Amino acid sequence: MSQTDIRSQIHKSILKQQKAEDRRKLMLNGFLLVLLLLAPFVIYPVFLMKILCFALFAVAFNLLFGFTGLLSFGHAAFLATGGYTTGYLLSNYSGLTTEMGIIAGTLVATVLGLAFALLSIRRQGIYFAMVTLALAQLVFFFFVQSPFTGGEDGMHGVPRGELLGFINLEDNLNMYYFVLAVFLGCYLLVQRIVGSPYGQVLKAIKQNEPRAVSLGYKVDRYKILAFVISAALAGLAGSMKSVVFQLASLNDAHWHMSGEVILMTLVGGMGTLLGPVIGAMFVVNVEYQLAQGPLRDWVDPILGGVFVITVLAFRSGIVGEIQKFVRKNLG
Amino acid sequence: MTIMKKLLASAVASALMVGGAQAEITNNTVKIGYLADMSGTYRDLAGPNGLKALEMAVADFGGTVKGAKIEIVTADDRNSPDVASSTVRRWVENDNVDMVAGLVASSVTIAATKVIEENNKLGLVNGSAASSITNEHCTPNHIHYAYDTYPLSVGTPTAIVKEGGKSWYILTADYAFGHSLEADVTRMVESNGGEIIGSIRHPFPTPDFSSFILQAQASGADVVALANAGADTTNAITTAAEFGLTQSGQTLAALLLFLTDVHALGAETAQGIQLTTGWYWDKDEDARAWSDRFWDETGVRPTMVHAGIYSSATHYLNAIAATGSDDSQTVRKQMMDTPINDMFAKNGRIREDGRMVHDMYLAQVKTPEESSSEWDLYEIIRTIPGDEAFRPLSDSKCKLVSSK
Amino acid sequence: MSMIFGVPMAVLSGQLLIGIINGAFYALLSLGLAVIFGLLKIINFAHGAMYMLGAMATVIMFDTLGVNYWVALFLAPVLVGIAGVLLEYFLLRRIAGQDHIYSLLLTFGVALIMQGILTNIYGVSGLRYAMPDVFKGGINLGFMFMPYYRAWVIVAALIVCFGTWFMIEKTKLGAYLRAGTEDSQLMQGFGINVPLLVSLTYGFGVMLAAFAGVLAAPIYSVTPVMGSHILIVVFAVVVIGGMGSIGGAIITGILMGVVEGLTKTFYPPASSAVIFLVMVVVLMIRPNGLFGKEA
Repeated sequence: MSQTDIRSQIHKSILKQQKAEDRRKLMLNGFLLVLLLLAPFVIYPVFLMKILCFALFAVAFNLLFGFTGLLSFGHAAFLATGGYTTGYLLSNYSGLTTEMGIIAGTLVATVLGLAFALLSIRRQGIYFAMVTLALAQLVFFFFVQSPFTGGEDGMHGVPRGELLGFINLEDNLNMYYFVLAVFLGCYLLVQRIVGSPYGQVLKAIKQNEPRAVSLGYKVDRYKILAFVISAALAGLAGSMKSVVFQLASLNDAHWHMSGEVILMTLVGGMGTLLGPVIGAMFVVNVEYQLAQGPLRDWVDPILGGVFVITVLAFRSGIVGEIQKFVRKNLG
Repeated sequence: MTIMKKLLASAVASALMVGGAQAEITNNTVKIGYLADMSGTYRDLAGPNGLKALEMAVADFGGTVKGAKIEIVTADDRNSPDVASSTVRRWVENDNVDMVAGLVASSVTIAATKVIEENNKLGLVNGSAASSITNEHCTPNHIHYAYDTYPLSVGTPTAIVKEGGKSWYILTADYAFGHSLEADVTRMVESNGGEIIGSIRHPFPTPDFSSFILQAQASGADVVALANAGADTTNAITTAAEFGLTQSGQTLAALLLFLTDVHALGAETAQGIQLTTGWYWDKDEDARAWSDRFWDETGVRPTMVHAGIYSSATHYLNAIAATGSDDSQTVRKQMMDTPINDMFAKNGRIREDGRMVHDMYLAQVKTPEESSSEWDLYEIIRTIPGDEAFRPLSDSKCKLVSSK
Repeated sequence: MSMIFGVPMAVLSGQLLIGIINGAFYALLSLGLAVIFGLLKIINFAHGAMYMLGAMATVIMFDTLGVNYWVALFLAPVLVGIAGVLLEYFLLRRIAGQDHIYSLLLTFGVALIMQGILTNIYGVSGLRYAMPDVFKGGINLGFMFMPYYRAWVIVAALIVCFGTWFMIEKTKLGAYLRAGTEDSQLMQGFGINVPLLVSLTYGFGVMLAAFAGVLAAPIYSVTPVMGSHILIVVFAVVVIGGMGSIGGAIITGILMGVVEGLTKTFYPPASSAVIFLVMVVVLMIRPNGLFGKEA
């Protein structure tokens, strides 16, 4: 056998392996998709939609935290802004179709995100977290004060309306598939972003910002864009949530919500694509099941315990730990 | 002949009802969902002890009504309307829950009653204060039982203005609940010939009230009213005592104060405060007897919310026993047609907007000398007849009120 | 009566004094946070819970053992300090050297656990604690009625704040502390037990929070959640002062008390938001806070 033969042999086997892996991935994704499509026939659809909305919220947060290394402690502001804007528009302008309301909510959250980003992006580490927290507190204050939010009573009776003017979203299944489609679209978008050259720069910034600067990247611009995309997706999650539940409330704007999304991301595995989704699923589920069970008086301390155990023992989160395990044993 | 006629009529009626609403108990089970704050700010006024009160009501029926089993499911609402909405939705759509009890934070109650209305079940609201629950947010599917902000703002101000407290200064929690209390109090004070000489809107929550108490003192008003709730109110009262507000001749009026709050403050700090309540455990023989049972179960004295939960659940189960149906409208009609006479209320009645109208009580917190035990805290100084206490139907914005 | 922006001078002086008193509280609380962050680089989100523990311990010890206020003033912080040392030894130590964010999440989790357990035992309505007899009443200053207890709060808080600052910045012990946390290997070489030093420093930081808790017990509603409201306000104070700056935390604490007090006079609804507004503005102008060192 000549050298070139060997080389092409190796090349082929690598290709084969890659193909096999691609096929495996494709099959896995296909399997997950089928599961998601069938899920509402087994599990309560509103509950699934809640998970999807929070999963999107966590994916958005993770783009900033997990892939760019910026810890925002104010993401609740975008969730709430999206929700309130969409809720207000759909309740008061009956001419609007649902998707227009959702787009408007997302846009307002995006603009707010840009404002946050411009004010905070030059702060480092804990100062960045604290500035975003402070800005989110000001947004919270605004929502408490504004009559249109209904204050602590909340905004209720948001009509689900019709998608594109002809798909009735009052129907839980229609609503579910709409939410699922939006979620998948956003998930793929984030996947693309992370895999793109732009995403590589974000990771480089996360690993070593001074190096990225010295390589000539305009780091601030990259960070601002990441922040704005993250805020937009968080706003979209809030907008959809207000349509699903037909309400928006101050809980979404409270700093505890910003803490909760950190927990979701961390538990699932920050810096992984699937992590925040799994994390959201886990946290929403734990909270929901506990609140109904015999341990209902103990939800907060148990969530606190999840924080502690995750930080001490599973810093890479559920998905991260599985990846580690797979790499160690199969790779 | 007449018997035959009656039988025939009832047969026809029941046949008709089976077609529309079932004149029977679905699944041969009456399922009650108890939704309340079990771990947060409102835990003590309803919470786990409210569940005990509900269980007492069910136990009184021996766990069955008309041969149907009575079941209770429970959830913590986490003071979140999202959680409330999804929990109640699952209860009524999947788990065959017939009635939801508890319901504390106003955002939770409004979210839950919307879902209950969609599914034509029943909600018995006891924890919430907002009078909007039977006003702009009224539905044919819920009843607001123990109290609301309207009588709170009627009873106390009217009595104090009549005693000569003419000029008022209001400390208002800066959110919808506080605003609506402030508006109601202002109206009552002015219509009785008093005057509001100032008010402050404080953030919710406020840990330190000294600055606001100082401003209230400087105003020279006869009366300082607290239009807030929970920890804000107790903090304000503690600070007022510390700064000698009442010693300098001003009267302190708390608009919403639960027995648990007064118990936390103690007679020493809270003495002399006037407040309006829907019920007091020591108000009469029936109330005392029930409270003793509650005491055996929990080791504390019940708030008006606990008593309301017990009374409304009993009234509900009686209506099922009388009609043999768990259909929400059949039961609600029966509940409206039957006056309530029990440990909670005398001649209470449920109006078309879902408001349970009963006497309210103006109480004054006893001094340490008058108080014989740690829960012996109120002296009832006036009974406010139900018709005076609650918002008249003529002012109602409720869609169910026809007589406008 | 002379007026300033429509507010009588007398009222304004009263509000300034009240602002200083609240500021003393903020100073005490943010001082503990600053010590813990400045020396250990731990972001202590359990600080509010430690403040709560101090207050709860005071009430519970009185109710069950009859421990009076003066004893509690020493005993409660010591007990909470011991809890802090254990927390550092068993949990925080395991994540030393990791990103700061993990200490934030870990302590936040611990705070949730402590609050949740105490809520289930004691409820949320608040525990009653009588004002010690010596402090009953007050003195009329002409422009306001000054309760004796508030005067005591200022004195006690300022003494402790100044003492802490002096100890860390001016004494040999403080020098060891600063050196030990900055270059632990070197100090280890000098025969100093650095891990013990770290545990004790954390314990000392939370003792300050617990001391504030004892001071709060007679005048605020003592509940398991009393710390969670104040936590982020105190964090804002520390950030404005410059994370880790001991003197900065004290001065900023008092300053923010006054700013908040003035807001309560001129536009009360904004009084809970004003500190965050100040924080955003300060960090725009000075990225490391008012007294922070350049990073």
